[in-house]
Amino acid sequence: MNPPAYNFAYLNEQTKRMIRRAILKAIAIPGYQVPFASREMPMPYGWGTGGVQVTAAVLTPDDTLKVIDQGADDTTNAVSIRKFFIKTAAVKTTERTEEASIIQTRHRIPEARLTENQILVFQVPIPEPLRFLEPRETETRKMHALEEYGVMHVKLYEDIAHYGQIATTYAYPAKVADRYVFDPSPIPKFDNPKLDNCPALQLFGAGREKRIYAIPPYTRVKSLDFEDHPFEIQTWDQPCALCGSRDSFLDEIVTDDRGGRLFVCSDTDFCARQRGEA
Amino acid sequence: MYVAVKGGEQAIDAAHRLLAEERRGDPTVPAVTLAQIAEQLTLAVDRVMNEGSLYDRDLAALAIKQARGDLIEAIFLIRAARTTLARFGYALPLETRDMQVKRRVSAAFKDIPGGQILGPTFDYTHRLLDAALVDDSEPEAAWTAPASPGTAMPRVLDLLGHEGLIEKPSGDDCEPGDLTQDPLNFPTGRDLRLQNLARGDEGFLLALAYSTQRGYGRTHPFAGEIRLGVVEVCFVPEELGFPVAIGEITVTECEMINQFKGSADVPPQFTRGYGLGFGQCERKTMSMALVDRSLRAGELGEERVAPAQDEEFVLSHSDNVQATGFVEHLKLPHYVDFQSELVLLRRLRANAAKARLEAAE
Repeated sequence: MNPPAYNFAYLNEQTKRMIRRAILKAIAIPGYQVPFASREMPMPYGWGTGGVQVTAAVLTPDDTLKVIDQGADDTTNAVSIRKFFIKTAAVKTTERTEEASIIQTRHRIPEARLTENQILVFQVPIPEPLRFLEPRETETRKMHALEEYGVMHVKLYEDIAHYGQIATTYAYPAKVADRYVFDPSPIPKFDNPKLDNCPALQLFGAGREKRIYAIPPYTRVKSLDFEDHPFEIQTWDQPCALCGSRDSFLDEIVTDDRGGRLFVCSDTDFCARQRGEA
Repeated sequence: MYVAVKGGEQAIDAAHRLLAEERRGDPTVPAVTLAQIAEQLTLAVDRVMNEGSLYDRDLAALAIKQARGDLIEAIFLIRAARTTLARFGYALPLETRDMQVKRRVSAAFKDIPGGQILGPTFDYTHRLLDAALVDDSEPEAAWTAPASPGTAMPRVLDLLGHEGLIEKPSGDDCEPGDLTQDPLNFPTGRDLRLQNLARGDEGFLLALAYSTQRGYGRTHPFAGEIRLGVVEVCFVPEELGFPVAIGEITVTECEMINQFKGSADVPPQFTRGYGLGFGQCERKTMSMALVDRSLRAGELGEERVAPAQDEEFVLSHSDNVQATGFVEHLKLPHYVDFQSELVLLRRLRANAAKARLEAAE
């Protein structure tokens, strides 16, 4: 029994071609969820198999890869995915946002503004923004086709009626190129403005749900809201305890059992840069 | 001053080493061999081949050993290995009528042409723990039947079919789909439904099948025939243009006879449910056949009221590799999303406190 030899970036070329075709279609129809024949990967569904397949399909030997989870390069799943590509593709990796040509991410968009030479790959658990309002795929597909997004607005309105504000804090729905409402993956709504008019190509891969979608560079992405309740992002009362930044997303660190709290940047590369470390 | 926790990489390496040690267990106990797993844990191997969707006893045995006996983990290993395999093409449909039968029973007729053959089954054993197995005592040799080559074993459902008592197998002559090559779209055909069920989790299908027996989408089933044995796999290489037998595999097939149905055009007939799986897997194929029949509700003009009749519900949740991955992904960090919820919740609570204060004034 010989251990199988792996192709560059694990997937065989046939599979990569299939995924690239789906990506091209996704770029051609911004925000539309393209079904693709997602494969079983050697990491579990729900742990980034969609992002990994998209990255594997666009990766070339000359690329420099950055992988983050919760904004950090050192979180265990980011480490695991980075190691996977070092092992199967032997590509260069980096923790510096501007050095990377491909960034695979879970739950965050880096604080630094991305460039035209970069691709941001999102790991997506549930690609369908309407899923929790309508569980059936046959129905939600129709709703997208007819641009029938009333239920989503009703949901946001009900939030306002109950809580006085929209109570969706992450995976906040947005409209791409004035057509498709899409799920930006569970990034905090803090990151939604970065989706808009972004110079980098943004690709979204949902492995278990077998969907790929995309936001081409410089595409309009508008977070859903109401005239009298405009979209707004999270704010903190204090700056990052490490770098002093006032305009980055902060993680809360519990420092003791007497209510001690510390707020630090979730984007570790950004924070190190602010401190002049890297 | 606070320093962010580092060391994910070392932690993973250390965890993997510990896992390897735990998997091996007490080193003074001999390690289990792949041959032992393949030969003595045959039904576990069968299940891993089935739900892993790859007929390879050696790889399945390796996966079971590596997974410390966790069969869903073993299935996952096989699925991931399967991704990397090149595809040469599709075999011809198996002809189970020509099966070298090892076991074959029908609950619909007392006697059938070719006979009832009990074969290796737990069915009539008393479930008493067998102290003889504590030591390595060898079982007595099994009796062998006088060879009766050429005994025809027509399928029981075909016997009913001759009289028109059961519907013709449904389906069309189109090439069957393959959900490992194309994403599953709803509504789907019976070909893809059966493929999904064949790969589906045995426990999930068992529970769904059971639910139909308890009234959630009742189908009045009879086990028309269950057969276990060896069938030939034939393949037509493009350059040859004629079929070549490329191997033999053991499969279990279950054909259910279900409640009859008639219409203005067709007199009443029994209907079918079908199950097929690698190796010996009666529980799985019987469950599959019951669920297959339930999922035909739409085609047969029955009202869809029960979970087992709901195609999107059943097919979207049957795959245990998908299910376990997504359930267990909750172990991954969700700091950012949780932080977002915290920020909102604190704000809502502050607003509420302020409102209460104002009301009190």
